Amino acid sequence: MSQVVVESPQQLAGRHRKGRAFEWACLLATSLGVLVLVVLLVGVCVQAWGWLDGDFVSNYDSRHPREAGILAGIWGSFWLIGMTALFSVPIGVGAAVYLEEYAGQNWLTRLIQVNLANLAGVPSIVYGILGLTVFVRMFGAFPDGKVVLVSLGVATLKVPIPFGRTVLSGALTLTLLILPVVIVAAQEALRAVPGSIRNASVALGASRWQTIRLQVLPAAAPGILTGIILALSRAIGETAPLVMIGALTYVAFTPGGIESPVDVVRDPQGVVDAPFDTFTALPIQIFNWVSRPKAEYQHVAAAGILVLLIVLLILNGTAILIRHKYRKGIRW
Amino acid sequence: MVTESTQHADVPALPSLADVTNTFSTDGDGDTVERATKVETTDLDFYYGDVQALFGVSMKVPEQAVTALIGPSGCGKSTYLRTLNRMNDIIEDTRLTGTVLLEGQDIYGPRVDVVALRKRVGMVFQKSTPFPKSIFDNIAYGPRVAGQKNKAALAEIVETSLERAALWDEVKDRLDDSALALSGGQQQRLCIARTLATNPDVVLMDEPASALDPASTARIEDLIFELKQNYTIIIVTHNMQQAARISDHTAFFFEGKLIEFGVTRELFTKPGEQHTEDYITGRFG
Amino acid sequence: MTASERGIGASHASGTLTGRVTLSRLREQAIKGLFFCCALLSIGTTVGIIYVLVTEAVIGVGDSKAFFQEVSLVEFFTETRWTPQFADKHFGVLPLLTGTLMIAGIAACIGLPVGLASAIYLSEYASPRVRNLVKPVLEVLAGIPTVVYGYFALVFVTPHVLRPIFQDGLGFDVGVFNAASAGIVVGIMIIPMVSSLSEDALRSVPSGLREAAYALGSTKFDVCLRVVLPAAFSGVIASFLLAIARAVGETMAVTIAAGQTPDLTLNPFRSVESMTAFIVNVSLGDTAVGSIVYKSLYAVALTLFLITLAMNIVSQAVLRRFREVYQ
Repeated sequence: MSQVVVESPQQLAGRHRKGRAFEWACLLATSLGVLVLVVLLVGVCVQAWGWLDGDFVSNYDSRHPREAGILAGIWGSFWLIGMTALFSVPIGVGAAVYLEEYAGQNWLTRLIQVNLANLAGVPSIVYGILGLTVFVRMFGAFPDGKVVLVSLGVATLKVPIPFGRTVLSGALTLTLLILPVVIVAAQEALRAVPGSIRNASVALGASRWQTIRLQVLPAAAPGILTGIILALSRAIGETAPLVMIGALTYVAFTPGGIESPVDVVRDPQGVVDAPFDTFTALPIQIFNWVSRPKAEYQHVAAAGILVLLIVLLILNGTAILIRHKYRKGIRW
Repeated sequence: MVTESTQHADVPALPSLADVTNTFSTDGDGDTVERATKVETTDLDFYYGDVQALFGVSMKVPEQAVTALIGPSGCGKSTYLRTLNRMNDIIEDTRLTGTVLLEGQDIYGPRVDVVALRKRVGMVFQKSTPFPKSIFDNIAYGPRVAGQKNKAALAEIVETSLERAALWDEVKDRLDDSALALSGGQQQRLCIARTLATNPDVVLMDEPASALDPASTARIEDLIFELKQNYTIIIVTHNMQQAARISDHTAFFFEGKLIEFGVTRELFTKPGEQHTEDYITGRFG
Repeated sequence: MTASERGIGASHASGTLTGRVTLSRLREQAIKGLFFCCALLSIGTTVGIIYVLVTEAVIGVGDSKAFFQEVSLVEFFTETRWTPQFADKHFGVLPLLTGTLMIAGIAACIGLPVGLASAIYLSEYASPRVRNLVKPVLEVLAGIPTVVYGYFALVFVTPHVLRPIFQDGLGFDVGVFNAASAGIVVGIMIIPMVSSLSEDALRSVPSGLREAAYALGSTKFDVCLRVVLPAAFSGVIASFLLAIARAVGETMAVTIAAGQTPDLTLNPFRSVESMTAFIVNVSLGDTAVGSIVYKSLYAVALTLFLITLAMNIVSQAVLRRFREVYQ
């Protein structure tokens, strides 16, 4: 060939140098994420040092930084996430079961899937506005507001209509927020169950629901559980929708007046009242402390962040444990 | 100038082709012709982790001729081919012992630059893999990464390569179209042209026509026959008739060992080894 | 078998084939219907969001008038002041829009290149050991609540990074609340997203292409930049769009770090208010339901929703086309 491509050793060495520089740049970028995480965690720990103690966990918020505590936030988040789980698990798993086990390949199914993907990308604050209008205010349909009483023998359920700025409204809003996450995770877990199991069950005369209930769901349970835990850990950190709902920022009580696990047994009315009480949550309190001008509140905020991160660590650690344990056990 | 090129400055001067041992082969008319050895392996062992894939393969490949590697699946012929341009370096946990010489130079030597080697020893794969770029950019890829930026030079390289791959007439008016729009046979000829664009001495082909229909296969075989005038071609094929049709020399591999190597016509009519005869006559596949 | 046995057997069989089947079938249908309703709820959510935003912002229901029935679209998009809570009310969304876009822009400048470079390293260079170390770290980074990032911006980034470099070093005036710190932490927040999605795109490129490139005398750099990245391009772009949409919708970190002064400015060291921060800040105060301020919340939320929805839809479309090529 007349135009022979001749590359001198210098040119070749230059190419290799460029390649090595590029590799280093990419490595640097990758390490940036690790570095930031380390700096963040160390910074939070340093700021919280000496401020995170038993008093912090058992006190309410206070005008004096040294006396401020996160009790209201812990209990508020507890009730909030508990109720969110109560709503989102059956609805999310039910929707996933429908999409994976029952639905045909038609336009409606495709629409639902596309819709789920879009919902996942909607900013959380828009969910907050939705919750505000639908649950808290119920479109303004009950201008005077009333309370529906339901007797449970041991205690009386007092349901406010509209739901107002209660744990219930917050839980319903968060349910809608994490529903796409739960559904997608559950779908993947269901999809991982091999079709041979379903076929075998049906061949033995089981109905579709029996197959799902007795074979598919138990097999997919670890994956579904992991997905739920991860979705709930996302919900714990959500702040914006709760602000819209009206979660209070300076709060010196817990929902239902339940202040310790013992109260749950001793005060059943409190347990029944809790979902319909106004509330605060861990991230809301943190947000509030960060926003206060007094410099000491930065330390209080750091202590609150540490509590939040510990809770998340426990939750995510559990999810990973479940994932590992059952991954070893599965033998198709 | 010293520091940057020290890495390559003391590359020994290429021995002249007359110094290396000669091999006999036949040209199209059956006359014996002396050809120099282009590629030579000596006692080549190759390992994938702990599994040995090649056992002491020693072979001399003559220049400007077609050498076919035949044998049942899994016998190591593709592995052997890939050692010749060090493509196995990309796979993790592989190693070899023995020597592989390109014109007398050890390609696994400490100062050999793999990138430069692969410009001299090109490879065409079984499944054609055109880049998702235009036809022109596919062919120009090799020269471009080597530093060729001149548009006129690139255009000429592209045209020459496509002509040598017998594809120019079909695509000369649509060089900017996506290469993915070509048919299977055209894509494979594109890949051949792409390999030729770096002006290699040796072209390795790993079952280049096995995924193509008979008409395209015939065109590729014609192409190989023409290419051998300028290039040394080593082709792996599971199709014995193809080997008999187009190659000058044939090597029969079995379970990682080189069983027999010889002039194609002789190997297929009067094989020296019983094993070779059994394979050729179809007693096992 | 006696006749009576046969008789019993016969009636039992006919009972199973007709009576009980109808009942259990009904139950099956009911269960299926229940699950179907669960799935429909997601559509209901979308309908709800659209209805809620439209009825307060665009077209009022009943006697109440919507936001855009009281404030013109022209004023909304061209007025440069946003003062719904002052006596002298102006409803130009531009200050909020520039606040949002400036923060998202800074976030993109940090998150997109770092995330992509990270993805390239993990996909093309890193050993499995490194990948198993780095990927969980990125997952943790992604799981950190946004209030923590806001805290990080206010307590660390501004005093210890921005001020030393830009104020003490270069003489800029860096406010306590500024867009730059918000942009930086949001950028960090989207790194895991870009890295993970881009890595998926890069890994979808068939290895045959890489092999062919190596066989033509490429260095790894050539293979990455000239073959793999162009081949994965649309997948990478889809991940970029999703990440930017996330940055636009980010609320708490921005509220904490950037402040609440809706000034129309391009100075990243000054306090700005993003669309999301405005919504939060108003909600924290006392706003009368039905007032114009209350309705402006919905108008801003609608704008935000439309922007992020558009980006998400485009991203999904691009991703779909990318998957068609490689799967």
